[in-house]
Amino acid sequence: MQVEIVITLRESILDPKGKASHHALENLGFKDISGVRIGKFIQLDVDTDQPEKARQLAEKACEKLLANTVMENYEIRIPDNA
Amino acid sequence: MKFGVLVFPGSNCDHDAYHALKHIHGTETRFIWHKESSLGDVDAVIVPGGFSYGDYLRSGAIARFSPVMNAVADFAAKGGPVLGICNGFQILLEARLLPGTMMANEHLRFTCKQVLLKTESHQTPFTSKVPENTLLEIPVAHGEGNYYAEKELLKELEDQDQIIFRYVNAQGDTVPEANPNGSVSNIAGICNKARNVVGMMPHPERAVEKSLGSEDGRYLFESVINHITYSL
Repeated sequence: MQVEIVITLRESILDPKGKASHHALENLGFKDISGVRIGKFIQLDVDTDQPEKARQLAEKACEKLLANTVMENYEIRIPDNA
Repeated sequence: MKFGVLVFPGSNCDHDAYHALKHIHGTETRFIWHKESSLGDVDAVIVPGGFSYGDYLRSGAIARFSPVMNAVADFAAKGGPVLGICNGFQILLEARLLPGTMMANEHLRFTCKQVLLKTESHQTPFTSKVPENTLLEIPVAHGEGNYYAEKELLKELEDQDQIIFRYVNAQGDTVPEANPNGSVSNIAGICNKARNVVGMMPHPERAVEKSLGSEDGRYLFESVINHITYSL
């Protein structure tokens, strides 16, 4: 099954890519967008059909390698149709 | 006396470090491929700059799991001198051999220029021979050199004298204009608690000959050579 991971910079960390993109959007007239944060999307193919097992594995992968928890948050999503 | 220079796929300052140690300082130096599980009988290790593993995921994130990094951790735990330069600094941070983390430069640009450094502590194997009251002119070349430490860690680094280099102006003042990347507290280099592992964003190996514009990087290599001489 597939597991999706979204990694974002923690709130306290400056996100220069998000900030620059936000400025560009403002210049383009997107007045109602009040903030932009840019992160990473990671898709894992996991050899199991048990969502809980897949989630645990993804969590381990995040803690060990995929996220730097000093400055990043991660969110694990298991698609509904799984 | 033997130096080891690590080589990862994507390292590009490994030959500069080798040149500085072997040809400028005349020390026996060898490359150590990242797949090796032993460092052999080296007396000091340089983790060089570059773009290990293409900086995929995060700078240094994948390199830290290379087999050779276990050997570096063991070597460091025994007190062996380790210097991480630029991407090497990032790798040491990811490997948790040094505290804190590295973010993209505040202004988002890759910055390559000469900077001035103030040596905040001479109590490391790599700074013991840096002359007092002398600013070092050494180049930086990086896109992710914005060192970050949470408040508590920053206080700890200051209290334990673990901040080794700061970006300063020609008067030696720690001012925002002298900061090339937005690093907290103008930090350019730090060491671990045991003081034998040092990480820095500027490239001392690129400042070892007059023709390179500065020879100030030599002080760091002279320091560690002196350190090894007296510990052998």
